[in-house]
Amino acid sequence: MNRHLISAGDLSRDDAVLILDTAAELARVEGRPIRKLPTLRGLTVVNLFYEDSTRTRTSFEAAAKRLSADVINFSAKGSSVAKGESLKDTALTLEAMGTDAVVIRHPASGAPRRLTGWVSGRVINAGDGTHEHPTQALLDAFTMRQRLIGNGPGGGAGGPGGDPRGQGLDGIRVTIVGDVLHSRVARSNVLLLSTLGAQVTVVAPPTLMPLAVETWPCRSSYDLDGELRKSDVVMMLRVQQERMTAAYFPSVREYRRRYGLDASRMALLPEHAIVMHPGPMNRGVEIAAEVADSSRSTIVAQVANGVTVRMAVLYLMLGGATEGAA
Amino acid sequence: MCAMRPDPVHEPAASGPGYPIGSSSPAQPGPQSQPGPQSQPGQPTWKAVLTPDEIRRALTRIAHEILERTHGGGDAVLLGIPTRGVYLARRLAARIGEFEGTQPPVGSLDVTLHRDDLRLRPARALQRTQVPADGVDGRIVVLVDDVLFSGRTIRAALDALNDLGRPRAVQLAVLVDRGHRELPIRADYVGKNLPTAHREKVRVQLAEIDGADSVLLGEEPR
Repeated sequence: MNRHLISAGDLSRDDAVLILDTAAELARVEGRPIRKLPTLRGLTVVNLFYEDSTRTRTSFEAAAKRLSADVINFSAKGSSVAKGESLKDTALTLEAMGTDAVVIRHPASGAPRRLTGWVSGRVINAGDGTHEHPTQALLDAFTMRQRLIGNGPGGGAGGPGGDPRGQGLDGIRVTIVGDVLHSRVARSNVLLLSTLGAQVTVVAPPTLMPLAVETWPCRSSYDLDGELRKSDVVMMLRVQQERMTAAYFPSVREYRRRYGLDASRMALLPEHAIVMHPGPMNRGVEIAAEVADSSRSTIVAQVANGVTVRMAVLYLMLGGATEGAA
Repeated sequence: MCAMRPDPVHEPAASGPGYPIGSSSPAQPGPQSQPGPQSQPGQPTWKAVLTPDEIRRALTRIAHEILERTHGGGDAVLLGIPTRGVYLARRLAARIGEFEGTQPPVGSLDVTLHRDDLRLRPARALQRTQVPADGVDGRIVVLVDDVLFSGRTIRAALDALNDLGRPRAVQLAVLVDRGHRELPIRADYVGKNLPTAHREKVRVQLAEIDGADSVLLGEEPR
């Protein structure tokens, strides 16, 4: 596997399947009386968060702690960043303290890539601007494989025919809907899911469709209802008001009517299809409350899977020998 | 899946092949494609030290011994250590079932995350841990592995078991004890004591995944 995890596009199919398989085994630890493993004892993981986040930061923190790593949480608020310290100086400070991995979230696309030049430890991108969020894509892929290829939550009994180990997402039809332009989740998912063999379609209003979408390994469409009928997975993206610097659609009501997922639209989906959302949700905008709370929704499972997938990433990146030492 | 399987060769860790994660799989011995001893330049030459019949008799004897030592096997739980220990545990349970009418519960115990040599090799793929539904509390757990060598795998297994519950007793069954212990660990049930030189390699092949049963001893060419 690569030294750093910056882009979902850096992962080969073998890497991605290995991460999903490792996560599937780690998920079984959840049911035990002692949910802690000694694997990363003595290693230090820094959560370097320049943007607000609850689920991603706590998910990485829980993952590192379950593997017995020491965790240092660093958020820009209330730190020397508020006094004007640059990313590089912060990185050098952390480097001097001795860190084995830095998990970074930053509002600027490309910040994690810059960081790799300044620290000697591993760098894991936990979301950079409108660029990428690879661990979100991995947990989404894990959730899809669990629900559509494996035999139910928890990996099932591992019976023959129902074991998803070693498998990708070949032939699964995924429709990603909403603010594709500003979404790092969409970009990472398109890259990872296509690597795993899924057929991805992005659906967005013309104003929220990236200009170069034809260079992405996916189809694009403006017609949600037509795509829903032939989807195994529909992933609703959050309307990111905070990143919108212009008026991309006339009104929230108009957006909801054309691109929101409500119960009548959900009825267009095939019987087995699932509804995903990376969170946090704007209930009543891109997704109706009754859809978010339906049995087809995997939104709560996605949060639980986030911890095990991040455990798998941390174990595979930090658990073994560093390159060249073996 | 072949690349995910741990190497069946039991040899000193320092010279062992790693399992790098990534697109390039290491050159695996590929037991499925090479069921018999192979002689390649730079590779050890293998000689069979246990025949399929000898393996069968050894497992039958161990099954009887487990029944004796656990007073009928009523409390026994067999936990195999992946990959080949799991198949041996299933065979032992089936034998015990033939003799006594009831099979003891069988499970698997992956010890990867508890190993002390993780940092010496690239990160390894995890194997399945499957504990029988009734758990291990108060039971006599018999750990089953193919080869006992340094004892480090068994130490890791004892740690892993500690997180699963509190067995009344833990015993160890191995098909081959090749010596060279690095920890104060011994087996309760041994199929064959095999005196080896430290640099020799022992490979256990089982019909379930390797096509045929055999125990092979290999010697590094000088």
